[in-house]
Amino acid sequence: MSWLETLRTGLDAVRSHRLRSGLTMLGILIGIAAVILTVGFGEGAQARVSGEINALGSNLLVVSPGSATATGGIRGGFGSASTLTQADATALASKTVAPDIAGVAAATQRSETLTVTGTNWTTTVVGTTPDWLSVRARSITEGRFLTAADENTDAAVVVLGATTAQELFGFRDPIGQTVSVNGLPLTVIGVLNAVGASASSSTTNLDDQAVAPITTVANRIFGGSTRTSVQSIYLEAASSGALSAAYQEANAELLRLHGVSVTSADFSIASQQSLLTTATSVDKTLTELLASIAAIALLVGGIGVMNIMLVSVTERIREIGLRKALGATQRAIRRQFLVEASVLGLAGGVLGTGFGLAGAVVLPHLISNPITISPTAAVGAIVVAVGIGIGFGVYPATRAARLPPIDALRSE
Amino acid sequence: MTTASPLPVIDLQDVTKTYKTGALAVQAVRGVTLSIMPGEYVAIMGPSGSGKSTLMHILGCLDPLTTGSFWLAGQDVSRMSDDELAEVRNRRIGFVFQQFNLLPSLPAWRNVELPLCYAGLRRDERRRRAVAALRRVGLADRITHRPGELSGGQQQRVAIARALVTDPALVLADEPTGNLDSTATADVLALFDELHQSGRTIVLITHERDVAHRAGRVIRLRDGRVELDRDQAAVRS
Repeated sequence: MSWLETLRTGLDAVRSHRLRSGLTMLGILIGIAAVILTVGFGEGAQARVSGEINALGSNLLVVSPGSATATGGIRGGFGSASTLTQADATALASKTVAPDIAGVAAATQRSETLTVTGTNWTTTVVGTTPDWLSVRARSITEGRFLTAADENTDAAVVVLGATTAQELFGFRDPIGQTVSVNGLPLTVIGVLNAVGASASSSTTNLDDQAVAPITTVANRIFGGSTRTSVQSIYLEAASSGALSAAYQEANAELLRLHGVSVTSADFSIASQQSLLTTATSVDKTLTELLASIAAIALLVGGIGVMNIMLVSVTERIREIGLRKALGATQRAIRRQFLVEASVLGLAGGVLGTGFGLAGAVVLPHLISNPITISPTAAVGAIVVAVGIGIGFGVYPATRAARLPPIDALRSE
Repeated sequence: MTTASPLPVIDLQDVTKTYKTGALAVQAVRGVTLSIMPGEYVAIMGPSGSGKSTLMHILGCLDPLTTGSFWLAGQDVSRMSDDELAEVRNRRIGFVFQQFNLLPSLPAWRNVELPLCYAGLRRDERRRRAVAALRRVGLADRITHRPGELSGGQQQRVAIARALVTDPALVLADEPTGNLDSTATADVLALFDELHQSGRTIVLITHERDVAHRAGRVIRLRDGRVELDRDQAAVRS
């Protein structure tokens, strides 16, 4: 019997038991749709998180004083913000010491109230160097950024984040306007590009800050110990491949400068990559959990196929006997039932993928989470569904093929 | 062409068949020797338990024999594998069952073409031969009807068309009139007479004396042995 003929026979059998075939397909359908949606949900979440983190500069390393928990302040003196200095930043900028570091920007920051006649706005004031712009992968939409001249002269200038500018000046042009911080009038020289909502991993809103030269901030606004110490040093690796080399170089140089060993290091270095890894690994765990539940649904669907096929074999025992009497070989019978099972799997897979895709369009509006579906996942799901049909069809089909023709004909 | 063959269609030598059910061994056929020539119309009779169903299954290559030898149309079928037996059933034997055994979801012609599917014929050729076989049994106007839309007698005629479609050496009918009323029985038996006159070899299993008397030769079984083998044509003449 040709494959085409076998396929026709299988389709006939599926068609002539519509309700039963429909229910069997439903099991596969739900399983496939669930797998597609959960995997798509996970991929969507990962894509969003890594997109947000990459927007911060994927080649970024951040040196913080004290231990990893320094910013929490719980570690007391060890976490105090005075162990990193402007000199550290200058040393790391040296191409001979750290050839894999492309840019260095020391930064110190504090929450301050900005005042324009009639308007107050509390935001993060960041004191940093001109390299900050490229190191943090930002750009200027209006005006200009800080220059070395601004830094050398403690210039009273400031660059505002998009949100900050909007809050202070509304739709007026902020360039050339004056903003007071702690009584010091600063001239607005530029506005930063908007990067959208803050990354889920960071507490600061990247669009709401005021950036001024580090010298101006240290000497004329903050004062005190901030005159020489800095809160963070941002390092930009030459490429994402050079990230780990840049890390090693920075680590070795800072240990040497501070005269401490690895175990008593008074600073820590984190990469955006490590943030990314942490953030995505959480999502990944969630996705894997969901996907494994979905996979169980799919398995149950597969067992449903086997169950129905076994019922079908028992119910059609006379038909099998007749076919054998008319000359069907074991192989022909096995093929017939396998085709039937894979038709059920295929139909369930195609419908399930359809429902999954429809869900991917509808659901994001309800749960405000993106769902990414790759064509590979959709095709893979259909292949898996057919595989399940065949896999769980083998046992019933083999049983049908092995039935002796007279037993099959005799049974009423 | 079967009539031209000098070989017997069926040649059984001392055939036995023993069924083992647990510790119990039942000998259903205890040494049957018989030979059926091409063109013969043979009725096998016997009370229930006489082994006639078992003999029918052996003749139909549906059940292997325990000892003895069985040659069907010049081939030794007692030593064949499952797949070879499937092919013999497909090419050499046309079955007619008491229960008709038609597939309810298929129209008449698709039921008739079924053996040709397993023979690997092309679709248009299968259809042509199926329609010819249906015409042969007088159902030219029922080609696309499903079994449920046909009377019992018509269904059995579809089954006979299916048995004839491969042009087999042997038509094997197991109680073909057992489920039919007297009109349909007369119909079907007339059809068998016709087939016999056109040279078909027919083996019919029945427990009805009237039916058996239409055949040229009657073989009566009792306790797994041939009790009587009578050529009625010879008796009549």
